[in-house]
Amino acid sequence: MLAFILRRLLQSIAVLLTVGLVAFSLFRYVGDPINSMVGQDTPASEREALRERLGLNDSPPIQFLRFIGNAAQGKFGLSYRTSEPVGRMIVERMPATLELSFCAAVFALFVGVPMGVYTGLYPKHWSSRLMQAVSLIGISLPTFVIGILLILVFAVWLHWLPSFGRGETVMLFGWWPTNFLTVKGLQALILPSITLGLFQLTLLMRLVRSEMLEVMRTDYIKFARARGLTNRAVNFGHALKNTLVPVITVTGLQLGALIAFAIVTETVFAWPGVGQLFIQSVQFSDIPVMAAYLMLIGLLFVLINLTVDLLYFVVDPRLRSQGGAARVAGH
Amino acid sequence: MTDRPATSPGWLHRITDSDIWWSFKSSSLTVVAAVGTLLIVVIAFLSPVLAPHTPFDPATLSLSDGLKPPVLLSPDGDWAFPLGTDDQGRDILSSIMYGTRLSLVVGFASVVVAMTIGIALGLISGYFGGAIDALIMRIADVQLTFPAILVALLIDGIVRSVISVQRHDEIAVFVIVGAIGLSFWVQYARTVRGSVMVEKNKEYVQAARVIGLSPLLIMVRHVLPNVTGPVLVIATINLGLAIITEATLSFLGVGLPSTEPSLGTLIRLGNDVLQSGDWWITVFPGITLAALVLAVNLLGDWLRDALNPKLR
Repeated sequence: MLAFILRRLLQSIAVLLTVGLVAFSLFRYVGDPINSMVGQDTPASEREALRERLGLNDSPPIQFLRFIGNAAQGKFGLSYRTSEPVGRMIVERMPATLELSFCAAVFALFVGVPMGVYTGLYPKHWSSRLMQAVSLIGISLPTFVIGILLILVFAVWLHWLPSFGRGETVMLFGWWPTNFLTVKGLQALILPSITLGLFQLTLLMRLVRSEMLEVMRTDYIKFARARGLTNRAVNFGHALKNTLVPVITVTGLQLGALIAFAIVTETVFAWPGVGQLFIQSVQFSDIPVMAAYLMLIGLLFVLINLTVDLLYFVVDPRLRSQGGAARVAGH
Repeated sequence: MTDRPATSPGWLHRITDSDIWWSFKSSSLTVVAAVGTLLIVVIAFLSPVLAPHTPFDPATLSLSDGLKPPVLLSPDGDWAFPLGTDDQGRDILSSIMYGTRLSLVVGFASVVVAMTIGIALGLISGYFGGAIDALIMRIADVQLTFPAILVALLIDGIVRSVISVQRHDEIAVFVIVGAIGLSFWVQYARTVRGSVMVEKNKEYVQAARVIGLSPLLIMVRHVLPNVTGPVLVIATINLGLAIITEATLSFLGVGLPSTEPSLGTLIRLGNDVLQSGDWWITVFPGITLAALVLAVNLLGDWLRDALNPKLR
């Protein structure tokens, strides 16, 4: 088990370094960092001095090491667009994105899994068939179309919920603006969370359904019934528990996707998060922000994947025995 | 793929005799999806003939036709504009027809790009193995860490910073096709590589090697035809994804410009005036997009099951 975790850690570091290399190449070679920092009439000698001072004349490996070192401390230079430190811009906007993604994940999990269990237990019931058909449409509707339709119905026609922004936020610990403590803030969260989480909800529902259908056919479920266990114990204690490994894998992978697709949802709802910042940086070719966002997403994805790998050991006791690790690696 | 003799008349007969055709005919949902897809494709490509207006020729527009509601839902409608008009007086129906054509072309072209890159790298990786295989597969692993839309956004952003804004609008279609193509190649490469590693040890490949054919010829003429099944399945499923990705990029304002709108661009333009209640400008392109993707996805699901020997 330890060897497996160590190998996974090494792989994660390799992935992070590769992402860092891409971010560094972007930062250093796409466009000239000097040109974007000085005016057009700056003399060549002054440019050269600045180049020397910023260390742009050092050999590429040294520059790369310095870039990684700075990145580890959250220093990504100044934005070309606003001239603010990129690290601070991202930290200011991170809480908005994390709260939105968290709500979307909770929505997807707590609605999607029960729906999957239900449709898996009663696959022939009309309501299961209806959910199945709706989920197919849910998978085919692009995120932004869902968002627009929700805005149209609940904001423009019914005036029930706000259609843009975070509403009212309260500062937690002096630096984390949160939506959770005001009614307006909670209202503002509803539509974006549903929009962001709907795709993951349908995905989870379909996954749990097909896993449940498979598990319900197995002998140990028949045996559990023969022992006279209650339906609840059979369905949740025996059946659902054994569908958890793929569900955890997909949930983990989809958490990353949630943060990436927050870009779209944040644009639709004018949600002031990192995704919106990234889109603006793509539109204005603001390379430092793009590079920093890339590193950040890379780090998040690697952390999520590691957590998922560790969770396997928690849910599947077979893996805790020797040799089990090799089987997970093949997942 | 370059095998001309295979497309002789006997080809059609072979199709109608096959298991695949039987499985297609026996699934009514698939037939509906295929007819729907075909209908959308035909209407989109005949849009210069069928569309009642030419929405992106400024000379034919009149602001007095602006913001007309759909004709069946409001007495203010005008039969000349069955689905209403936008704030510039452009006919929504015609915009959708032209937009669908562009979305289809971009989606299809990006699938072809992704497939070409993926197949080429997969063949090289699987056939030669060793260091080059390790390199290609590690790149694939890292890219798989990120969702495709993010990769496409990043490529688009890099191109933007290298060329000027005006130049970017001129070549936007190629940038988008390239960006989406480069973000979807991994799946093809992995599948082809896996199949090639199985195929390359079979006798027909060894025989081809013994008679002295070049690796390129062996890969393209002998190995490739035997791995087309899974590639075709991925391509169909990816077509829906590619169309959604293009629409999303255009919606975010980093895809196709408003002078040359795809379905995604139309939805973005409509979204800008949504707050005033003019819903038809954005809802109809949205429905078209969803219907197109749903039909293509249904076809992809069916093809995956039909070609899966485990499910027969």
